Amino acid sequence: MAHTEIQNILEIRDLKVIYKTDLEVVEAVNGLDLTIGKGKTLGLVGETGAGKTTTALSILKLLPSITGRILQGEIYFDGEDILKKSEHDMQSVRGNRISMVFQDPMTSLNPVLTVGDQIAEAVQLHNPDMSKEQINERVAATLNMVGIMPSRSGDYPHQFSGGMKQRVVIAMALSCEPELLIADEPTTALDVTIQAQVLTMIRELRDRLGTSMLMITHDLGIVAQTCDDVAVMYSGIIIEAGTAEDIFLGDKHHPYTVGLFNSIPNLDIKSDRLNPITGLMPDPTNLPKGCVFAPRCNHQMEICLEARPGVFEEGTHKIRCYLFSEAAGNSKAGVDLNAE
Amino acid sequence: MNHQKVESTTVDSFKRPSQTKEIWRRFSKSKGAVIGFVLFSIIAIMLLAADFIVPYEAAIKQDFSQQLAAPSREHFFGTDGYGRDAFARLLHGGRTSLSIALLATFSSAVLGSALGAISGYFGGKVDSFIMRSLDIFMSVPDILFTMAVVYALGANFTNLLFALTLAYFTNYVRLVRSQVLNLAEQDYVEAARAGGSGSTRIILSHIIPNAVGVIIVNTTLNVAKIILYESTLSFLGLGMPPPQPEWGLMLSEAREFMRTAPWLMFFPSAAIVITAASINLMGDGLRDALDPHLKS
Repeated sequence: MAHTEIQNILEIRDLKVIYKTDLEVVEAVNGLDLTIGKGKTLGLVGETGAGKTTTALSILKLLPSITGRILQGEIYFDGEDILKKSEHDMQSVRGNRISMVFQDPMTSLNPVLTVGDQIAEAVQLHNPDMSKEQINERVAATLNMVGIMPSRSGDYPHQFSGGMKQRVVIAMALSCEPELLIADEPTTALDVTIQAQVLTMIRELRDRLGTSMLMITHDLGIVAQTCDDVAVMYSGIIIEAGTAEDIFLGDKHHPYTVGLFNSIPNLDIKSDRLNPITGLMPDPTNLPKGCVFAPRCNHQMEICLEARPGVFEEGTHKIRCYLFSEAAGNSKAGVDLNAE
Repeated sequence: MNHQKVESTTVDSFKRPSQTKEIWRRFSKSKGAVIGFVLFSIIAIMLLAADFIVPYEAAIKQDFSQQLAAPSREHFFGTDGYGRDAFARLLHGGRTSLSIALLATFSSAVLGSALGAISGYFGGKVDSFIMRSLDIFMSVPDILFTMAVVYALGANFTNLLFALTLAYFTNYVRLVRSQVLNLAEQDYVEAARAGGSGSTRIILSHIIPNAVGVIIVNTTLNVAKIILYESTLSFLGLGMPPPQPEWGLMLSEAREFMRTAPWLMFFPSAAIVITAASINLMGDGLRDALDPHLKS
């Protein structure tokens, strides 16, 4: 079954992740489906707490071992189910075939090791046969690639600016030429100018190395600039997914996506207030029985509160909402579209 | 084309600066560290060359015509209650004292740090097991514990080393564990894990280097403590077997003649203080030299 669609570098099916503590169970990811084609970039969009980072950590099997649990689902990476791999096998996947760029470059570099040593570590780990000279060469080449002089490889992270640190982090992630790069809000901690530089660089490197990418962000602008496909996540569920065109230009949208776009201030129209989605995300320890967005939705119907909606598909565009289920002809319940 | 050329030249001319050189440069910048280093070097050279300065014979030969002699040209530091030359005893005793102190400090630091790192990093059951075992260990008073070990195994160099290691490793465990609990939560540890590093590698190359500052400070403080602890054991008759000299033993023997021959107490005490101070100074300098943030 896994081998039928090998053109997908990553395929997540019905993933469910919880964090369990003595006091409560947090349902972070609730039946998530996600696909990234080879060489494609998928933007995973959602607000804080939607489960984006949890999804990323699940792909690397790096959930906190004491609390995090993957309850069900399959994660196929290049045709193999990652969840069935042993910890030992995973170590040779991490950093080598899948690598990750973390959100905050200020804290994701070890302060007492030189940047050269930190990049060399990743290279050496996955290429044990390489000689010291070869490793040094690779380190120099990688630094060159992200636009840092190799002569600075003996410097410590605190001697670099924020943008340069993020370049180093990206250099580390790309040093073994991974097949999949997970970028978890790689520019959130940077200011706008540096953000633009880093994004341009990520785009260039991705195109040059042919790496597939999962770009996690809450910035729709970044998605528009970098991604081929987009998945909108809310409360651990993909509520809308499709190509960038589907999301940015399509005419059918999940009410949440509409709300997201409406909350971006429009430069051409003078307005006194921002236009946010009212309310908060549901408490992940106590999710609603029906659609997770229903409590904040202004198209809410009776059925929305009773059962989770199915997926409405139109070409590459998928929406998980009752508003469209009848139109698609796979209605689970008789919904009156005009009831509003 | 041109671009390619530039790239290759930079790759060729790129050379990593030597880490050791860099650390030494920063170390030698601190006055205290250099003073400590010089003092310690002098002490170390004197102790290593003790046989050429005064023969070991002089340290154990009893001469009752020379009992409790004051410092003179013949006996630099005077003689003790058995007429043995205090200078010779100090030099030869220093070899034993210092080697036990350094080795015991080293082994307790390694053992304690390793257990502390494992405990803090893995947490959960491993942590509980190590820390509860440690509690049992610590509930027995140090001195009683050491005495029991030495008494059971017999007083000699190896057993003394063993006993002192067991008495001192406990505070490293707690110290390093508390550091590691904090360090293991850092993003760069997560990043290292995402890069495919295993636990051993993460502990050795990411966590320990960040905790090395506190370990070094604690280590240098411990050297002096252990020298004094040895003297306690000697006082109780559980130190190195006589007539072998040792600083702690000399101190406890001198106590008897504190009023009549105070120099007997002065010189070994001074030796302990100077050694301890020089090691502490070096430790401070080393800690600063190893901290890249202070690099100027």
